[in-house]
Amino acid sequence: MKIGLDVGSTTIKCVVLDDNENILYKSYERHYSQIIQKMAELLRKIRTEIVHNENAQVSVSGSAGMGIAQSCDLPFIQEVYATRIATGRLIPDADVIIELGGEDAKILFLTGGMEVRMNGTCAGGTGAFIDQMATLLNLPLDEMNRLAAEHEKIYTIASRCGVFAKSDVQPLLNQGARKSDVSASIFMAVANQTIAGLAQGRVIKGKVVYLGGPLTFLSELRKSFDTALKTEGVCPENSLYYVALGAAYNSEITVDLDTALYNVEHYTGTGNFLSIPPLFNNEEEYRAFEERHSRCKAPRGDIETYRGRAYLGIDAGSTTVKAALIGENGELLDSIYRSNSGNPVPIIRDYLMELYQRHPNLEIAASASTGYGEELLKNAFGLDYGIVETVAHFTAAKTFLPNVDFVIDIGGQDMKCFKIRNGAVDNIFLNEACSSGCGSFLQTFASNLGYDIAEFAKLGLFAKHPVDLGSRCTVFMNSSVKQAQKDGATTEDISAGLSVSVVKNAIYKVIRASSAESLGRNIVVQGGTFLNDAVLRVFEKELGVDVIRPDISGLMGAYGAAVYARRKSAGRTGGSTTLNLEALRNFSHEVKVTSCGMCNNHCRLTINIFDGKRRFIGGNRCEKPVTRRGSGENNLDMYAFKLQTLLEYKPVPGPRGKLGVPMGLNLYELLPFWHTFFTKLGFEVVTSPLSSRSLYIKGQHTIPSDTVCFPAKLMHGHVLSLLDEGVRRIFYPCMSYNFDEHHGDNHYNCPVVAYYPEVISANMGELEDAVFIHDYVGIHRPHDFPIKMHAILGKYFDGISLREVKSAAKAAYAEYYAYLAKIRAKGDEMIAQARKEGRQIIILSGRPYHLDPEINHGINKLITSLGAAVISEDVVSPKVDKFETHVLNQWTYHARLYSAAKYVADQPDMNLVQLVSFGCGVDAITTDEVSEILESEGKIYTQIKIDEITNLGAVKIRLRSLFAALEQ
Amino acid sequence: MAKLIRDDSGRILFTKEMKEEYTILCPMMLPIHFSLVVEVFRNCGYKMELLTTSGPNIVQEGLKYVHNDTCYPALLVIGQFIDALKSGKYDVDRTALIITQTGGGCRASNYIHLLRKALRKAGFSNVPVISLNLSGLEKNPGFTITLPMIRKTVAAIVYGDALMLLNNQVKAYEIEPGASQALVDQWVHTLSEQFNSGHGYKLSDQKENLAKIVHDFAKIKVNRVPKVKVGIVGEIYVKYASFANNHLEDFLAEQDCEVNVPGLLGFALFKIDNRLDDIRLYGGNPAKFTVVKALFEYVTKLQNTLIEAVKLEPCFLPPTPYEHTKKLVDGVIGYGDKMGEGWLLTAEMLELVETGYENIVCAQPFGCLPNHICGKGMIRKIKEVDDRANIVPIDYDPSATRVNQENRIKLMLAVARENLAAKQVQKQPKKVPVSIT
Repeated sequence: MKIGLDVGSTTIKCVVLDDNENILYKSYERHYSQIIQKMAELLRKIRTEIVHNENAQVSVSGSAGMGIAQSCDLPFIQEVYATRIATGRLIPDADVIIELGGEDAKILFLTGGMEVRMNGTCAGGTGAFIDQMATLLNLPLDEMNRLAAEHEKIYTIASRCGVFAKSDVQPLLNQGARKSDVSASIFMAVANQTIAGLAQGRVIKGKVVYLGGPLTFLSELRKSFDTALKTEGVCPENSLYYVALGAAYNSEITVDLDTALYNVEHYTGTGNFLSIPPLFNNEEEYRAFEERHSRCKAPRGDIETYRGRAYLGIDAGSTTVKAALIGENGELLDSIYRSNSGNPVPIIRDYLMELYQRHPNLEIAASASTGYGEELLKNAFGLDYGIVETVAHFTAAKTFLPNVDFVIDIGGQDMKCFKIRNGAVDNIFLNEACSSGCGSFLQTFASNLGYDIAEFAKLGLFAKHPVDLGSRCTVFMNSSVKQAQKDGATTEDISAGLSVSVVKNAIYKVIRASSAESLGRNIVVQGGTFLNDAVLRVFEKELGVDVIRPDISGLMGAYGAAVYARRKSAGRTGGSTTLNLEALRNFSHEVKVTSCGMCNNHCRLTINIFDGKRRFIGGNRCEKPVTRRGSGENNLDMYAFKLQTLLEYKPVPGPRGKLGVPMGLNLYELLPFWHTFFTKLGFEVVTSPLSSRSLYIKGQHTIPSDTVCFPAKLMHGHVLSLLDEGVRRIFYPCMSYNFDEHHGDNHYNCPVVAYYPEVISANMGELEDAVFIHDYVGIHRPHDFPIKMHAILGKYFDGISLREVKSAAKAAYAEYYAYLAKIRAKGDEMIAQARKEGRQIIILSGRPYHLDPEINHGINKLITSLGAAVISEDVVSPKVDKFETHVLNQWTYHARLYSAAKYVADQPDMNLVQLVSFGCGVDAITTDEVSEILESEGKIYTQIKIDEITNLGAVKIRLRSLFAALEQ
Repeated sequence: MAKLIRDDSGRILFTKEMKEEYTILCPMMLPIHFSLVVEVFRNCGYKMELLTTSGPNIVQEGLKYVHNDTCYPALLVIGQFIDALKSGKYDVDRTALIITQTGGGCRASNYIHLLRKALRKAGFSNVPVISLNLSGLEKNPGFTITLPMIRKTVAAIVYGDALMLLNNQVKAYEIEPGASQALVDQWVHTLSEQFNSGHGYKLSDQKENLAKIVHDFAKIKVNRVPKVKVGIVGEIYVKYASFANNHLEDFLAEQDCEVNVPGLLGFALFKIDNRLDDIRLYGGNPAKFTVVKALFEYVTKLQNTLIEAVKLEPCFLPPTPYEHTKKLVDGVIGYGDKMGEGWLLTAEMLELVETGYENIVCAQPFGCLPNHICGKGMIRKIKEVDDRANIVPIDYDPSATRVNQENRIKLMLAVARENLAAKQVQKQPKKVPVSIT
């Protein structure tokens, strides 16, 4: 008999075969991380019930099986390899296998050169991801699958990681998108992510086989793969057991099951895991800690006896809604904290009506809202004020600690923190893109291990050896936790360790503080996650400072809004505009969801109609859909101007025929140069269209490295677009060097920009019968350029003379400089105009290719809609002489950043906002330097991370906080 | 005590007095090579110490003081320095640090600046940092790279490459475990002594020493059973430093593989050759070309010496000549791709496949920019050129887990074993003991 065991990240699968390789027994179970126990249980059962105490041949497979097999001296077989063996036996004509597991995604190409691919360090799109999304939708998996079948439309959702996807899914839900559409969109995102991440240039075709849990259980997920692959894959019988089957088929070594069982049962970890000192050494320490924190209380008043003016604050978060009512002296009279179930409006209506009815002696003298639903609620209920949530939290924090200099809020899904300088919100840190470590992270682990969160957190308080788990993505934290368990860590140790990793993630990844001092000494902590004493304790220990945790830590936003309303309305004539009881009785609210078609951003708009007449539109980036015309009076947007200018370089028919130029990366800014150069030579220069989602999807299967920046990934789609248009010759040169603008120590392009044409050439089979010119050119040497370029062109075309090239080059350089001059002149004009109108000026700094609306997600428009002018970095960078930086200033585009920062530093009406592409390694260096330059002159540094998608809500918070700080 | 003198930008200079008084700490990358190079610097009058520390605290210090999105090598190198400065083992008022700076377009040229930022944050802003480079970046009165120093350093690299190569080819087959490593240690000791007394650098010395080394290794008793042969390529630090790649070579040894890690000399030649290719591609100063070309030819000559020495014993596979390696990527990737490991990384993969090490771990720090292109970006193309290639790219960073990495490597090895078994079946009729070819 042969036994195959597949111990995966979340489940354990087992198959027993008889001597004719018929399946005698199979089982599939979740192991809830109790791997050893489950395995022993299973082996015992098999021994007595199936094998009847005979010897059998055993093989272990699976990611969690690896370590155990080794220490228990059982034969091990790698899981992908096992899958291949099983497929070879059972489906010999299969061409491609797609297998999704708990934490893994794999594609195996079986025919035409065997290849196996597994997801790398970034692991969106796996079973764990789908689980996470199901939790967010509050649906069991089978229900999610059932609903997905009824979908009508698909939304764009990033499946790169849960943190990202949440910022796509939550607004959709809040805007009333149907769960069926969202479910189907999530499956589609998983399919896209798997293909984009793993196909890497190989076409998936022929007989496709789907294996593993998610693809077995979710028929709609299979359909999404079918759609994405334009094929119909099969999900065979026993699709859950292929790894186990492969392991069984491959079993050759006879194992005495008794010994094996003994080994497994007596498998104790080495006890050799990294640990840190306990959180509390004894009960006394804990009591002192509890006592200290219990003293921090907001003043209370009695709503039953209170008479007169009261102030209402509402904080509508993405998942909860909170309200606080305070009296004249800031005393808290009443509060609510509710889940918003996707729509806060009815909750607040009910609350207000109840308030009016039960307490007729109260007068709501002023009201304010904050948070994600700030504007919606302000419009719905006629609230007096709306404030950005950072200001609300700061206002609340000040009432507890007047000299507060740092506020940190860790909630369920997100983390917000900011510094206070000169009485204003200064540096804001939000978890964006790749950062885990919020409350839901602890929650997920607690439930995985079978505890509720409060109980689980308590366990950690007195752990003897808290595990040092580092700080990493949730998906991979699973494997670290498992490793620690194997090494003998107790649940207590793990609980404490997870709290530590939440804190370390906050301090070192999100805030990136090097020392406690740099955060300030007067710290207020809030948000649901800090209700966890273990997290609070670790935070204090890590920073070496006692912090303040208000007893209303979950209500701080609402409380701050109320305090703000009270302050703002002091001495005001006239009452509050808040709807009265009568108005609330007649209140009605209708929502329509639509896509705005007025520009490329295609904002998803929610049109709210209150009482059948008052309209409020949400989800828009700019004012267009509201005012039904152009961006209103504010056209001070250099991003729009630059893009428009580049779009004017249209194809000019020429005798040498068409030459395609993909519009991306450095070709954005160099378009005037190359367009002129080739047009002069008689080519018709055709550019690829502006980027779009569909253009990106088109090329994604040819991307070899899923962690490269989004602007680079887009290049694949651009090249394919050109080919689709019938352009057979494409020019995309490699360029180590860019123009030397004499602002830095060197003038490189970043490695990705410099050499991405090599990736395109090596990974896009579609180019095979096209001419792809991607030679190395050096435009930084105007004298040598024509000579070298002449030789390069000679490789592809006949009859282009050196004289022609020289003259074309001359014109190209002239055009390039004329373009730069035009940009600078226009920029200066806009600056002057903005100053005349008294507008704030934002130097939106990135790279030239951030002009692409698909890359910048319309952030420029968001800024102009807030009333400021948007100027690009290249307008101001030439105004600065070369200066010493604390880094090696060696990239042309990045040198502009430093210069722009230097210039902005002493301009009172200018501020710099830096766009940073996710995955841009160079920006790890530039962001620190730019912020240092700005902060040395007392300026606020604002950074916005952008990727395939972006969290515009977070962007808005940053920008509004910036403007709020500037107002003070 | 030496005075702290700063240049216009505020950088602390390494002065002549410091050369007398200060201990210079050098980070670890390749134990054999770096031990020898440190001896060279000692021989040139610098008090230098190679950091041999490891452990989680280094990562912690790195995470604390370096931007977490920066590449892993920066984090480790800087973490190792800060850990050392905090250890109490060194008088921080008499300690300097040294770090290389290539001046290339990759982030690595910025390590020195990240190190200085980290030192400021950690409260060691008075510790001078020396840039070791051949690009004329950051001059120091107390530290000058002289021609003899370059010559001696190159000699140390030649020996290092020889010992690493032979050790790898013998270790997997040695009958007495540890015999090969013992011989490495013995030779490092012997060479250090020679270096100290000013010997071992001359070409004639090198020839003599190399021949002895090669013969010594050939004398180790081996049992050459067929084994899976794995090559390691990648970003230079992660490729070589066992601390950075979770002891990849040891892991592969445990999995019963023979390992081949292409040497440092090729990388040195690559970096020199880049300057020539820059001029070839974009134009430039012919005089500069001549000077660089002379250096290139000198190092090539030394590589040839090494190759000839290894050839003395037919049981060994000599390093591939640089020119041949370079030719392998013709038409695969351009010679202009020079940032980081550039085209050399692609070339080394092809070279490994050609010499029978078709199973390859391509190691890189998570998010390594150049390797998006010349590593992961070229795997498909390499397989097109030579379908024997069995490559697994592995990312390393503080949060990547060893289990995940090893699982992926095991997958590559499973395929490798299958290929090896198929090869054995083909070979069986001949019944010849398998030798390394």
